[in-house]
Amino acid sequence: MALLEIENLTVAFATSVGPFKAVDNVSLTCDRGEILSIVGESGSGKSVAMLALMGLLPWTATVTADTLRFDGKDMLTMSAQQKRTIIGKDIAMIFQEPMSSLNPCFTVGFQIGESLRIHMGMNRAQRRERSIELLNLVGIPAPEKRLSLFPHQLSGGMSQRVMIAMALACDPKLLIADEPTTALDVTIQAQILDLLVDLQKRHGMGLILITHDMGVVAETAERVQVQYAGQKVEEQHVRELFRDPHHPYTQALLSALPERATRRGRLPSIPGVVPGQYDRPSGCLFAPRCRYATERCDRETERQGAEFGFALCNYPLKDGDPTGYPEKAEAGQ
Amino acid sequence: MLRFFVNKLLLVLPTLIGITIVAFAFVRVLPGDPILLLAGERGVSPERYHKLLVQFGYDLPIWQQYFNYVIGLLHGDFGISISTKRPVIDEFLARFPATLELSVFAMTFATVIGIPAGIISAVKRSSVFDQLTMGVALTGYSMPIFWWGLLLIILFSGMLHWTPVSGRIDLLYFFPPVTGFMTVDALLSGQKGAFQSAVSHLILPSIVLGTIPLAVIARQTRSAMLEVLGEDYVRTARAKGLTPVRVIGLHAFRNALIPVVTTIGLQVGLLMAGAILTETIFSWPGIGKWMIDSISRRDYPVVQGGLVLIAGIVMLVNLIVDLLYGLINPRISHQ
Ligand SMILES: Nc1ncnc2c1ncn2[C@@H]1O[C@H](COP(=O)(O)OP(=O)(O)OP(=O)(O)O)[C@@H](O)[C@H]1O
Ligand SMILES: [Mg+2]
Repeated sequence: MALLEIENLTVAFATSVGPFKAVDNVSLTCDRGEILSIVGESGSGKSVAMLALMGLLPWTATVTADTLRFDGKDMLTMSAQQKRTIIGKDIAMIFQEPMSSLNPCFTVGFQIGESLRIHMGMNRAQRRERSIELLNLVGIPAPEKRLSLFPHQLSGGMSQRVMIAMALACDPKLLIADEPTTALDVTIQAQILDLLVDLQKRHGMGLILITHDMGVVAETAERVQVQYAGQKVEEQHVRELFRDPHHPYTQALLSALPERATRRGRLPSIPGVVPGQYDRPSGCLFAPRCRYATERCDRETERQGAEFGFALCNYPLKDGDPTGYPEKAEAGQ
Repeated sequence: MLRFFVNKLLLVLPTLIGITIVAFAFVRVLPGDPILLLAGERGVSPERYHKLLVQFGYDLPIWQQYFNYVIGLLHGDFGISISTKRPVIDEFLARFPATLELSVFAMTFATVIGIPAGIISAVKRSSVFDQLTMGVALTGYSMPIFWWGLLLIILFSGMLHWTPVSGRIDLLYFFPPVTGFMTVDALLSGQKGAFQSAVSHLILPSIVLGTIPLAVIARQTRSAMLEVLGEDYVRTARAKGLTPVRVIGLHAFRNALIPVVTTIGLQVGLLMAGAILTETIFSWPGIGKWMIDSISRRDYPVVQGGLVLIAGIVMLVNLIVDLLYGLINPRISHQ
């Protein structure tokens, strides 16, 4: 049984013009000692799905799922109080903006020690010792001196290290990293990623790494889940995904990578934008931007099996060609 | 932090000088001759007039008069009351504790109710509680103090007989002032019922004086909390599995406190204006009533000296608030 099992998670936000599905029937699993990467453009519901798991969404969000199980415990039927004994202890999360994710009014030591006190019941001396150990772990030099610092006295990279130390405080079984490097300098990005992967290996945690950077995926992940407009469109092992993407969206994402671009000159880009609340197509959500879309795609879309990476596509790609694609005349235009 | 403090101090200085100029000019721009004004209706003989002119230094050039006036202020010379012939500073010090006591009660009332109301409003945004609270706050803010005070007196003193109408304590009790705070002195005197009497006299004036600060504090707390609740660090706190009470009361409120403290400080400054009306309604023997009485008695030295003293206190309060702001904002206190 996997550490985290999510089946058909749907998150709808109540808006002034009716409900908006930010996450649409997404399923995912992540096991101990595994790195799962979730990729997708901005607005594809990556953060919202994970915030739903953590119970961090505002009240305007309605969360439904067939299964939401962590470590054998059903998170759907759990009371808020029971949830708080898991959140921050067994499941920890770090966020995109390290600088604004730390509370400006409290010292680093206080913010790390807080989880230790709440979840582990440590006393002052134990908290201090453990905090120093954690700061050492995330590669912060002279940790004793850092404990009394306030967040405004830290750099972005340093803040993210503190965030990681905070997340690791209670030895979580699962760490969710929501674009942990997006806000950082390129040189710092690699350091933080290496640190995360290293810690994940050493502690045998599950790691869910959210990113929209395919380069990050290539370097770190084992299994990759591609999300588009709130839906999971493909899931594969990283090597196979890069070798043979089955969904046209994945293919387009990969060909937009600078090192993969075959033609000279401008980088290929995906025309159009992710559909929003108002222009949501009725069939395949990617159809308006897909070069293979047919009239059938405007009506319906089919979930493929494992051989096609569970692609949500009527004509999954195989070595770059759509399978079961109708004759040109039939496809129209 | 020290630089922050010195900067604030330097900012206060021009204001102080400005106030002394206004107070100095006050007596001189009044229609009529200051000596004749001081002499009152009986008038003076020309010899005496000249003697007084020299005695008060009115024969000197204007800048030298101002200079002497400021030197006097620095020595604690705020003038002599015409009606009592006592130094203005003595009269002020005798009445100030009454105003201070009333202000402390009023601000306590305003913060103890205003801050929790603002927090709950923000957390339960758009709820019935929120709309009701903000409606009441707006009403309170727009309420004419005089009318509001009379209304409360009619209801609670006149009709229900719950609270006394005026004064600081029942005439039944008498004890010499030790601290000047009636509640404290009542406790010190050991007389039975004195403390209760002093407190019951404070209730209505405190509510009247505290109404506008209460409204402002509730609204400011709400908006500061609303802003802070959407911040990333509040999400981080919740992601740690902390209880909602800890997330809101500690992580969010500690940040919202910075603008709220500033607001409270500004309200303390404005309290003096409210005190003048409130003390008049309730015959509260503080500096507000003293100023009003002096104006109607045309006791200009008192008005002049009182003006400087009140302004000085307001500025002192603002300075303390600025320092407090620096202390609770780590970005300033931990440079
Ligand atoms: N509180 C909210 N109320 C309404 N809509 C929301 C809310 N939070 C997110 N959304 C919407 O949900 C959709 C998915 O957002 P989400 O933050 O999960 O995207 P993302 O994949 O994490 O993108 P990014 O790469 O920019 O972080 C977006 O269209 C966003 O506008
Ligand atoms: Mg996101």
